[in-house]
Amino acid sequence: MISLKNINKYYSTGNHELHVLKDVNLEIGSGELVSIMGSSGSGKSTLLNILGILDAYDSGSYHLDNTLIKSLSEKKAAQYRNEFIGFIFQSFHLLGYKNAMENVALPLYYRGISRKKRNIIAREYLDKVGLLDWAEHMPNELSGGQQQRVSIARALISEPKLILADEPTGALDSQTSENVMNLFREVNKLGITVLIVTHEHDIANMTDRQITLIDGKIHETSHV
Amino acid sequence: MKRAMFDLDKWQEIFSTIRKNKLRTFLTGFSVAWGIFMLILLLGAGEGLQHGTENQFKGDALNSVWIIPGKTSIPYGGYNADREIKLENSDFDDLKKNVSGIENLSSRKYLNGITQISYGNKTGSFGVLGCHPEEKEAEQIEVLGGRFINNLDVQEARKVACLGKDMKIELFGTSNPVGEYININGIPFKVIGFYMDEGGDRDVRRTWIPISTHQGVFGGANRVDRMAMTTGDASVEEAGAIVQNIRERLSKKLNFDPADEKALYVRNRAEFYQKFADLFAGIRLFIWFIGFGTICAGIVGVSNIMMIVVKERTKEIGIRKALGASSSSIVGLIMQESIFITTIAGYIGLTLGVGLLEWSGDFIQGNEYFSNPEVDIGTAINATILLIITGSLAGLVPAIRAASIQPVNALRED
Repeated sequence: MISLKNINKYYSTGNHELHVLKDVNLEIGSGELVSIMGSSGSGKSTLLNILGILDAYDSGSYHLDNTLIKSLSEKKAAQYRNEFIGFIFQSFHLLGYKNAMENVALPLYYRGISRKKRNIIAREYLDKVGLLDWAEHMPNELSGGQQQRVSIARALISEPKLILADEPTGALDSQTSENVMNLFREVNKLGITVLIVTHEHDIANMTDRQITLIDGKIHETSHV
Repeated sequence: MKRAMFDLDKWQEIFSTIRKNKLRTFLTGFSVAWGIFMLILLLGAGEGLQHGTENQFKGDALNSVWIIPGKTSIPYGGYNADREIKLENSDFDDLKKNVSGIENLSSRKYLNGITQISYGNKTGSFGVLGCHPEEKEAEQIEVLGGRFINNLDVQEARKVACLGKDMKIELFGTSNPVGEYININGIPFKVIGFYMDEGGDRDVRRTWIPISTHQGVFGGANRVDRMAMTTGDASVEEAGAIVQNIRERLSKKLNFDPADEKALYVRNRAEFYQKFADLFAGIRLFIWFIGFGTICAGIVGVSNIMMIVVKERTKEIGIRKALGASSSSIVGLIMQESIFITTIAGYIGLTLGVGLLEWSGDFIQGNEYFSNPEVDIGTAINATILLIITGSLAGLVPAIRAASIQPVNALRED
């Protein structure tokens, strides 16, 4: 599913060049549930962004579903993001002026699916995350856990091969976090690869495989 | 994947954005509408001033010159000052023969005191003026029925009259006066026509008769009260030269100082009009300058708001990109929204401006120096389109920049 070979990433901060990812090699198979741990500044968010084609890398190679993801055209990158990947963010990143259903339906807009059709599909996915009754509510009328479930529905609606979650429980209490993690496990059972970036051990413990990033280098800690 | 401009779905996306961001939409729209509104008002006001002044010049030909004798104010050629200068037929013949550049020349003779004119049992007091046929051009007389005085009338000193419109209505009502006889101080005159003259009330409450008839019947002998002429397509300078030539000829013949304005007053409308034309060219330039400034302010306003809008939406752009939006689709969405808002707002400003001009045009009817404010609709539409295009271009730059930054960085914005 994911194959990283000797990935290097630098950030330039003024005169200094920061070496964020150092020769990262990583193989993740189809249908795995993986967590990436690491303290802040370890490069875990950068790695996730590269995996999500949200950021470019400087050297090495990244294959996603046997497709080389390197110096893609703007259009191609957008297409791959839309087709392969579902994103989930710590701060949910829902559009404030759209209701839950419209937020969930947005990825299908970029696939050219009609409004009527995508709203029907969006309701199905809201139903799957248990929020059908909240379809017409605006994000600010929902609790954090509900907002995260909306964003999970939004990530799932494009039927991606890979779900990338960046601190998905970072803004949630422990009970809600567990519910969200259970949702991820269900998603994973459908055969979708799920990759979760977190710094919480109990969250990482709920995944099948834990990878730790220390100072831009990969340390595999457990493999179930 | 490619979405055309007329894609209904894209429009729905834009409308929902507009609906949810009313203040932003209002601010963008307001600066555009205000710019166009002010521009239209300015241009309309300029036109109104110009029309008002042009009205002041209606009624007489713009290239007309009046020669009005008076009393000398400077002793000359052995004569004392305060001597009355009188024109006569020989002066007319002399000018007509010897001064080049005169297009139409007419002598005028007035009748002093109140003149009673009657037709049947209707009587009124009107002016009676003698003239040559050329008077028609100098006074810009428009014959409404019948004809004006002609050369044969003057040669044969016929007792014929061409009536002003108001005079005709008072004596004849709506019936045709041509061929009827009116009585001027007891002398019958045949009506040969009636006319309109834009010069005002006085000009249509009088009758023209041949100069020769006037001199013969009302005891004017060979005297002429005034002369009127037109200078054809002579420039202001050429007309001035003609006037100077006339002054010098008459000063020699009638013995007055050629510089004595009191002895012979020459009113050259071309020169007078030119001064006003220059003034209005200046005002119009000024108005365009201000209008240009207003448009510039509008453009700056639109680009400012567009920059804020793009900044405000950076995070949204990041989210949309993460969900699979391409840069071009994002730029397209922002641009289409901004063009839509500016077009609607521009149209509103245009309509309000033109509407206010129309309304005020009715309201201020009767003001001498300001009438009929209007704006060339083509100019107004061009200005609106200019504002829309420049406003959009101003928004294009930040939109492209925002759409091209990495989604990660866009998402980090708060």
